[in-house]
Amino acid sequence: MQMSGAQMVCEAITAEGVTTVFGYPGGAIMHVYDEVYKQNGFKHILNRHEQASVHAADGYARATGDVGVAMVTSGPGFTNAVTGLATAYMDSIPLVVISGQVPSQLIGTDGFQEIDAVGISRPCTKHNFLVRSLEELPRVLKEAFYIARSGRPGPVLVDIPKDITVDIGEFVYPDSVDIPTYKPTYKGNKRQIEKAVEAIKKAKKPLLYLGGGIVLSNASDLVRALAKKTQIPAVETLMARGVLGAKNPLLLGMLGMHGNYSSNMAMSETDLVISLGARFDDRVTGKLSEFAKYADIIHVDIDAANIGKLVDVDYPIVGDITEVVEAMLPQLDGIDTDRFEAWRNILARYDELHPQSYVDSDEVIKPQWAIERIGELIGEDAIITSDVGQHQMWAAQHYPFDRPRQWINSGGLGTMGFGFPAALGAKMAFPDKTVINITGDGSILMNMQELVTAAEYKIPVINLILNNHFLGMVRQWQTFFYEKRYAETDLSFQPNWKALAEACGGIGYDVTTKDEFDAAVKDAIAQDKVCFMNVIVNRFEDVLPMVPSGGALFNMMLPQKVEEPKETK
Amino acid sequence: MESSMNTRRVISVIVLNESSVLARITALFAGRGYNIESLTVAPIPESDMSHITIATNGSARVMEQITKQLHKLIPIYKVIEHEEMVEKEMVLIKFPIEEHLSDIGALCSAYNGGIVNVGKEMIIAMVADEPKRIKHFIEAAGRYNPCEIVRGGVVAIER
Repeated sequence: MQMSGAQMVCEAITAEGVTTVFGYPGGAIMHVYDEVYKQNGFKHILNRHEQASVHAADGYARATGDVGVAMVTSGPGFTNAVTGLATAYMDSIPLVVISGQVPSQLIGTDGFQEIDAVGISRPCTKHNFLVRSLEELPRVLKEAFYIARSGRPGPVLVDIPKDITVDIGEFVYPDSVDIPTYKPTYKGNKRQIEKAVEAIKKAKKPLLYLGGGIVLSNASDLVRALAKKTQIPAVETLMARGVLGAKNPLLLGMLGMHGNYSSNMAMSETDLVISLGARFDDRVTGKLSEFAKYADIIHVDIDAANIGKLVDVDYPIVGDITEVVEAMLPQLDGIDTDRFEAWRNILARYDELHPQSYVDSDEVIKPQWAIERIGELIGEDAIITSDVGQHQMWAAQHYPFDRPRQWINSGGLGTMGFGFPAALGAKMAFPDKTVINITGDGSILMNMQELVTAAEYKIPVINLILNNHFLGMVRQWQTFFYEKRYAETDLSFQPNWKALAEACGGIGYDVTTKDEFDAAVKDAIAQDKVCFMNVIVNRFEDVLPMVPSGGALFNMMLPQKVEEPKETK
Repeated sequence: MESSMNTRRVISVIVLNESSVLARITALFAGRGYNIESLTVAPIPESDMSHITIATNGSARVMEQITKQLHKLIPIYKVIEHEEMVEKEMVLIKFPIEEHLSDIGALCSAYNGGIVNVGKEMIIAMVADEPKRIKHFIEAAGRYNPCEIVRGGVVAIER
């Protein structure tokens, strides 16, 4: 069929089953937008900033597991999208971002709104394309989606010069992809898997170290089965919250810089780390020479480059978590689960000694209380997104995540301003779920223009602003490590949150008591409008436990002990 | 301790012949802080691939990362870390015409090379040999007042 390059873009997006595209038009991408106007294969959401478009596509991808799509114009449109690409890249999120480029003959002449998009995005995309001719466009689009979702997923940029979107040619969307240089490994090496299973059977104090790769591989049920069958205790990384489910008795909690005591102690004392889809990030390991010092390490990862990058691995397995765990399960038939009982008991004692706790208050709302309360009120039904900072860590520590893809946050890059647009993406994918962005008074302002987007398209997401009038996480570091010199972290000057939300077509709530909190949450869920819920919380609350940067995991700053048992959370 | 020792390695990378593939490789080295000592590229005859030879150095862990990270780039077909190889490098040197032609000729032939061009004002010599011997040759050529030296970078082939 004969059609323009612009039409090919729309046809490809529809053929890939994408239902919602996020973007922002401009000169170089106008022909594509002209076709967006004419088609009805997908819905388009006009964000009010390109960064938000990419985060929204990212939120859509994280919530569904499908490829998210964003569309931006050349020059500043593209450069605004870079933070979105980098965020998705660090967390291995499948995205296809279409950017307009100046016409082919203008490339290299410093044309209006020209920037070297493939050059800039090279280190923050899995792959990128500058389309050279109309003939290659259908193949490039097909490959972009394939590369984004296969292997270790990641964002792919397709930069299309304006003339190519105008040209008319034959369109046949390829059924399959053949890239001779790109063949991801899915099946783990059989012999290596056998050896790993033997090691599991011989271990005395094994530990499942669960990472975001499990979510990406949709392997949570298999991993739950593995834990159940072996009765091996487990720790989750920030990206893996929800994999095992908060109610699972084998789950110790989250490990790392703000991990709980039993998780970090388990990692410090284990004799066998079974790492599934985790990448030994510095926020997880703390001081590397002290990390899992007494353990052999099984590392299952689809990306060979992650294996042996930071720690020496005894049982490397390159492959997809789903395939590898499927292969492991039958080999573990009849495993002696009593063998690990003493180990489980030790860890249970650690948890009794220093549970994940905080001292609640009746005078002021504690941020941890607010998060736990949301968990009690909505729990399983909610999709929680977050920005970056203290609120993010409290959410990860205290929300009862029950399933994968329930928790959406920027883990690798730590992008403030991610949560609100990501919530829009998640809500578009799951309109029946309550979507809550747990945010802070710092982060929310970084993409607050999305109030307008959310109001226009009636995307009723709840922004729960845990407001401590500080850039809280940086303030916490300043308290601990910079002798309380609060350099540029005091946010005492604040907008009128309620008025701000209302000015953009949303709803605002000012909350200072627990009763107001409950009432505001109930009201916000019932409304079909976006809201800002300004919750004034304890100003100097710290995220604890905390492993100081570069310290060993077992050297934690611990929270104050809760004295009265009735207040124990 | 061996793993933390910096060693020189030569890597061959077979890539799809497409635009910006070289940029992807050099950007990877720059972005991740790896060293490039020399780099040569040429198309492989009768194929749509190119052969890139990179001389680099780093610890065993860094070398492993270089290989794995290179392999992750989509247009890269194969990464070969050479153990047993024949390694050659070429150098062109320009000398003023006042220098002794026969001395320079003798020096070049000692390093498997020769004089390739003699003009009104200069002599051009070429040598192709192992990188270490090229270094020696350049040192030896120093006494004939070379006015320009161009090294070609390492090419290697598995033995």
